[in-house]
Amino acid sequence: MRTVLDFEKPIAELDANIEALKRLTAEQGIDKSEQIAALEQDRERLLREIFRNLTPWDRTLLARHPQRPYTLDYIRAIFDDFIELHGDRQFGDDGAIVGGMAWLNDKPVMVIGQQKGRDLKERQRRNFGMAKPEGYRKALRLMYLAEKFGRPVVTFIDTPAADPGVESESRGISEAIARNLREMMLLRVPIVSVVIGEGGSGGALGIAVADRVLMQEYAIYSVIPPEGCAAILWRDAKRAPEAAEALRLTAHDAQRLGVVDEVVEEPLGGAHRDPLAAAQRVKEALLRHLAPLQKLSVSKLRESRYERYRNLGVWRVAVE
Amino acid sequence: MQRGWFARRSPAERVAMDEMNDAWVKCNGCQQILFARDFERNLKVCPRCGHHHRLSARERIDLLADADTFVERDAEVVSADPLGFPEYADKLSRGRANSGLPEAIVSGVCNLSGIPIVLAVADFAFMGGSMGSAVGEKVARAMEYALEQRLPVVICSTSGGARMQEGLLSLMQMAKTCAAAARLHEAGVPYISVLTDPTMAGVLASYASVGDVVIAEPGALVGFAGQRVAQQAQVVKPPPNFQTAEFQLEHGMVDIVVPRKELKHTLHRILRFFTGG
Repeated sequence: MRTVLDFEKPIAELDANIEALKRLTAEQGIDKSEQIAALEQDRERLLREIFRNLTPWDRTLLARHPQRPYTLDYIRAIFDDFIELHGDRQFGDDGAIVGGMAWLNDKPVMVIGQQKGRDLKERQRRNFGMAKPEGYRKALRLMYLAEKFGRPVVTFIDTPAADPGVESESRGISEAIARNLREMMLLRVPIVSVVIGEGGSGGALGIAVADRVLMQEYAIYSVIPPEGCAAILWRDAKRAPEAAEALRLTAHDAQRLGVVDEVVEEPLGGAHRDPLAAAQRVKEALLRHLAPLQKLSVSKLRESRYERYRNLGVWRVAVE
Repeated sequence: MQRGWFARRSPAERVAMDEMNDAWVKCNGCQQILFARDFERNLKVCPRCGHHHRLSARERIDLLADADTFVERDAEVVSADPLGFPEYADKLSRGRANSGLPEAIVSGVCNLSGIPIVLAVADFAFMGGSMGSAVGEKVARAMEYALEQRLPVVICSTSGGARMQEGLLSLMQMAKTCAAAARLHEAGVPYISVLTDPTMAGVLASYASVGDVVIAEPGALVGFAGQRVAQQAQVVKPPPNFQTAEFQLEHGMVDIVVPRKELKHTLHRILRFFTGG
């Protein structure tokens, strides 16, 4: 079933009208091309208008859009081949994080990302993209493998949060994330991360420490979900739209704060309206950022990665 | 009933009552009424049930640092309000008033039983010990100074996690503090992490978990997700000791649970293992 967000409804109506006219042309040979062209123009104008005025909450809904391309969609569209590798060699295989060997224009790279599910069954298997300790440990194992053979690492970020359950706590979810943060800082090969949907707090960061962090135009990146923030601030999760505003969780906010290096534009109306075009833009950005990183010496690479994170934050100097 | 009885007292009597109340405290663990002087002398650990009450940063520094050896560093690094976040400025003033501190963590150098160390101690009274840019900066600076001087680091955490009011910048302090810890790790400079009540979320999932040795105080709340979230998400019923120091010990996430009165001595023995000849 297709989901249509409230602010997408006028567009969906035009989509349906255009579709009906096209069917009429195909089935009965009636030429409606003029009308179709006019409606398409209307649609484009409407899309531009709606997407020019998106609120942070609208963007949150877009980032979570059930039709939005997920990690495996991008992997299929961007890379020439992909061999998925499974398991953390300690406990199990986490469906919420996928990873493996891939070829980016014939260059081998290790690709890792959080994976959400499309239908109910897959959503359960992927735990809604909420990784458990074994997911973070699988990711780290693959990063070590990449390091051993001098291959760069690309990670796709799309998770509401790390799994908060009893099982994950029992197997050390905090330790798994913390270890990744430390080890990614020391990794001797380039890392590029792309936030493609929800950048949910520590669960996102656990595979997102990188030399370059890219973010799609309608993705979000936040320390806490707006609903949780609103519940804490105003004891009312329904005020999430206000919290989304306060948290500065949009791609351009993240870039202004220095957290993100480049905002990757999406097709008009969002990545879900044209997944292949969206993937093409991500691919171009990846190539553009990976090339200079691969020329750096290991010590330069790690030095600049350290400085990148060391300089994040805004505080003030108190005067006595 | 009791209120009525109390209200009948004269103002002078009421002052006397307050003084008497100051002389007594109620244990948060067993609810027993304790003689305040005994309670303080016992390092705020209940002499009856062993419940460890929270210490302020200053109290813990007094507990661990040799007398008159603590020299504070980076005290001038304090929180700004980079996002103009609702109510943040007020919460910062209240945090300063509640804790008597300029920021949620105090860092510096001192001797611990004669061994020079870098020591940082968080304070729950300052916005729940939460980590924003200033806390992250102070932790990173403490670790960088330790690296430069090749001094062991001891950090006592108490924190609800990353500070929501600085948004993504708070989240990035997880990476920043782990970056500094990574350098200590590579250089072989010892780092001991002490988890005190509570150590949660973004702090536990960053620098607090990557110590060479991880110590926790008895009964401390130590975990990733808030209890409510964890239980809502649950198919598996959480055990009664869920997210305590003892639970984390049982699951291999903590090296030792050390009672407060043995903390300094234990730290000294560990530091001697790392630095002694």
